[in-house]
Amino acid sequence: MNAAIGTVVEKYALVFAFALVGVAMLVSYRASRRLTGGRLHGSAIAIFLGLVAAVVVGHLTGGKKGVADLPLLAGVGVMGGAMFRDFAIVATAYGVKLEDLKAGGLYGALSLALGLLVAFAAGAAAAWAFGYRDPVILTTIGAGAATYIVGPVTGAALGAPSEIVALSIAAGLVKAILVMIATPIVAKPIGLDNPRAAMIFGGVMGTNSGVIGGLAATDPKLVPYGAMTATFYTGLGCLLGPSVVFFVIRMLVGTNG
Amino acid sequence: MIFYGTALLAGCLFVGMVLGQWIGHVAGIESDIGGVGLAMLLLIGATTWLARRGWWSPATGAGVQYWGDIYIPIVVAMAATQNVRGALSGGVLAVVAGVGGVVLCTGLVAALIRSASRRGGTTATMPGDAS
Repeated sequence: MNAAIGTVVEKYALVFAFALVGVAMLVSYRASRRLTGGRLHGSAIAIFLGLVAAVVVGHLTGGKKGVADLPLLAGVGVMGGAMFRDFAIVATAYGVKLEDLKAGGLYGALSLALGLLVAFAAGAAAAWAFGYRDPVILTTIGAGAATYIVGPVTGAALGAPSEIVALSIAAGLVKAILVMIATPIVAKPIGLDNPRAAMIFGGVMGTNSGVIGGLAATDPKLVPYGAMTATFYTGLGCLLGPSVVFFVIRMLVGTNG
Repeated sequence: MIFYGTALLAGCLFVGMVLGQWIGHVAGIESDIGGVGLAMLLLIGATTWLARRGWWSPATGAGVQYWGDIYIPIVVAMAATQNVRGALSGGVLAVVAGVGGVVLCTGLVAALIRSASRRGGTTATMPGDAS
């Protein structure tokens, strides 16, 4: 019987993931209503549970793909992978008002530029505080503070050592996860409750998974607007990191390494 | 037919990603620029155009809507497959760089939202009037 279950689960990995995540959603939404009176959104609880599961399994397996490193849960990796994620996120644009996009467009572009600048500066400043002076390293860590994709792409372009690239990926992951968890908490005080604010938020934060997860836990209606601007962030970061940002940092600190 | 909606969604994502990849390639980087955003604009444009000609039915819309409605479970699956352990074990510098960036960016978001609502308060309440 056990062998039979194992065989079916591995063969129908994605189908099993649908059922499993469905149960997780049910538990989370019930907990939201029963334990928090609906104050903490069910999706926030579900996302948090997912992150906890990823840590626990990560410690057990030593892998990098969270629960998907367990062969029985490989389907969750497919379900949460880039293909399904992008497919579903684009679908959320169905029903978006064009006027809302136009109204937020200018601020969206501005927030992209400023957000990247601040992320690079924060990461580079942290690296500087930890004693690094090499502009390649400062830029790579700064890129990691943008997103965990900008980090390695920039590091590879500049020829940064692999442990620095790993650090930049870790910095980007910290950011993505923190944004997922903190967004529903800070949303109200910072005024994140309308489409234009969501576009600003997506542009400044930029980390796709963080923005989408965070907005989903805050107000599902805001997701497409945040996703719309965030989608430009990583590409722009990869473009500016090894070029403009690197030149500026090298100009500021000199070429001593 | 409900599947037409899903097929249209797939087509928009595909074209958007190809465009984003191509823009990235032209810009000289190995990453896409705005693929998902372009796909979203294509989807909005295509559905509006089809609806205007009367070629859009509620069933077709359901084929898109379903995928938009299940993105939260998909995001939960995404969260469960993040390298959270890697993020936590990346050392103090990784945490400081990540947290520092988020704190500063949150301040920036708050400032931009405030400035946007102060300046553009009227356009926000008059949809269709913005240019």
